[in-house]
Amino acid sequence: MFRIVQEPLALEELVGHVSGAEVGGVASFLGIVRVENAGKRVVAVEYHAYPAMAEKVLRDIGEDLERSFGPLRIAMMHRIGRLSVGEASVVIVVGAPHRREALEAVSHAIERLKHEVPIWKKEFYEDGSEWLEPAPSIPGEGSKNKGG
Amino acid sequence: MGGEAVIVKVLLFARLRELAGNDAMKLEMSQGATLGELWNQLQEGFPSLRAFNHPPLMAVNQEYASPERVLAEEDEVAFFPPVSGG
Repeated sequence: MFRIVQEPLALEELVGHVSGAEVGGVASFLGIVRVENAGKRVVAVEYHAYPAMAEKVLRDIGEDLERSFGPLRIAMMHRIGRLSVGEASVVIVVGAPHRREALEAVSHAIERLKHEVPIWKKEFYEDGSEWLEPAPSIPGEGSKNKGG
Repeated sequence: MGGEAVIVKVLLFARLRELAGNDAMKLEMSQGATLGELWNQLQEGFPSLRAFNHPPLMAVNQEYASPERVLAEEDEVAFFPPVSGG
């Protein structure tokens, strides 16, 4: 399941989605809107996406993960629209036969999502707003040695 | 070289959309024109895009593409800033 959605994200539903008789471990990552960024107090954020391409890139990442780690059950969802501090913006859940594959796949997935999926964050402060724009890089070429 | 044209759909996102005051348009380009040439032409049509002072990311039909990519009829082209989801 690879989706861009407007509604609040529900981790438990996705855990159910990736569970199954052959799944021995489920790992997850939930990204949450934080109150402070680079010394500024954040009151809200807006996520915008290019939904058709974003879902396609998410599916591509999922296929790559299965090539690296073997059969997995993967759910990746990103919320768009205006979010308040404390709300979840992204959820990644992976079910695998064993814990190592599940944990590593989740870690790879969030790093690639942050560098490749066409989604943009605008932060709102008490006195204005700002688009977050990381230094330009070419997705797929610089993602392996960058931190998140 | 017969002066034929291709019509492409252009999408702008995030800060580029705000700078241009426009999110989607159709543009006619000459046969053989590249994605990079389209970006240059777009900046002429929307000078406010020059405030974005490095090359944007580019995609054709929902896949990342390089400025050398030659455009085809009915391509869906997108220009956008570095991504910041997560």
